[in-house]
Amino acid sequence: MNIRELLQQLHRGDSRSIGRAISLVEDQNPAAEKILAGLDQARIERSLILGITGPPGAGKSTLTAGLIRQLRKLDHRVGIIAIDPSSPVSGGAILGDRIRMMAHALDREVVVRSMATRGRLGGLCASAGAAVRIMAASGCNTVIIETVGVGQTEMDVIGLADMTVMVLAPGFGDDIQAMKAGILEVMDLLVINKNDQPGAEKLALDLGTVFATAEDREIRLLKTVASEDRGLELLLERILLLEKKYRQGSTFLHRRQHSFALETMDWALEMLRPRISRLIAADSGTDPRLAAHEIIDKLGQEFGK
Amino acid sequence: MAQQYRVLIGKPGLDGHDRGAKFIARALRDAGFEVVYTGIRRTAEEIAAAAIQEDVGAVGLSSMSGAHLRLFPAVIEALRLAGAGDIPVLGGGIIPDEDIEPLHQAGVEAIFTPGTPVDTIIEAFRSACCKHYRNRP
Repeated sequence: MNIRELLQQLHRGDSRSIGRAISLVEDQNPAAEKILAGLDQARIERSLILGITGPPGAGKSTLTAGLIRQLRKLDHRVGIIAIDPSSPVSGGAILGDRIRMMAHALDREVVVRSMATRGRLGGLCASAGAAVRIMAASGCNTVIIETVGVGQTEMDVIGLADMTVMVLAPGFGDDIQAMKAGILEVMDLLVINKNDQPGAEKLALDLGTVFATAEDREIRLLKTVASEDRGLELLLERILLLEKKYRQGSTFLHRRQHSFALETMDWALEMLRPRISRLIAADSGTDPRLAAHEIIDKLGQEFGK
Repeated sequence: MAQQYRVLIGKPGLDGHDRGAKFIARALRDAGFEVVYTGIRRTAEEIAAAAIQEDVGAVGLSSMSGAHLRLFPAVIEALRLAGAGDIPVLGGGIIPDEDIEPLHQAGVEAIFTPGTPVDTIIEAFRSACCKHYRNRP
């Protein structure tokens, strides 16, 4: 396969080349690094990486579909990475987020890629960052990452995205109480979806306590009924407003730098894993922590050579 | 690392009986496949576009309404028009014996009927994916 040709087609927005490129990265094909090195960095910098997260059943996919519709009204080209969990038993996965986005199936300016977590915890898959950059380089102004349904800790998307929206719905009760402990504060926007359902008002009152000021709450707490396309225009307005603010200040650049560092760390550890595995097999220490220390010393000696 | 197989399971046309499609999707998942499921009532063009974006190794179609002679070849044609005629298409459902040969002629890689053992179906997807990944440019 000719990587130069693939890159050319990808930058022209060709669906098949985008799909191929993401697969090569996802399968850890040796060609992956050549593809990533050849991506249009200016386009990547200009794009907005938007994380959509929330518990299972809160309406993430339906809300994402609604946002696609709003973004298309503004003539944005939109990329979507929709992540679903892999089975820890078989390694297989059912990737069903796409069903809610089929209204855009024939729109050439909407590119959807479903990805399985493939053993990674934290709500993303290991290649999510690379897939985002491939889509951005293909000309997507906005790239949405829809995480797996999350609980209280799977929040890796915050580290990858420029901005993260947490989608909640009434009826989750104690789960949301527990989330208040830390996750909600670091979200850029909180959305109460299914706002026509019983319990929505109480949820709004509960969530109101997360914000430092009434003004902050006014900007960052939104209500939607995504299945009926209600509240999404305002949601996009807020997203674009925050984006402008972040780009004018230092937030945008800081987040991108932070994201770069995090993902580099992930990959470096991933690449070390097989070497560490070999050393563990050779080791029969008394305590795992001591054994780990010995391994790090041994690796240091190897690197020193 | 072994190649992770990705397939798409879809239902073209107006028939909403999706138990068969969902059963196959789950069986493939349990056999280690990543299965993109596109739901019911899709056009041939929608299924082809999704298969291309998702870079799958094979497309599985289900039909219970008797429209398979029209719908399965329509998906093959849609894939071909979109420049992805190399992605193999497999089909299953309520398909009379006399329709199997015409479907093979139209390019459907394998046909499954209510009596087909699930292991046979999984093997057929595995071999279709394997061939596709090996031969692709």
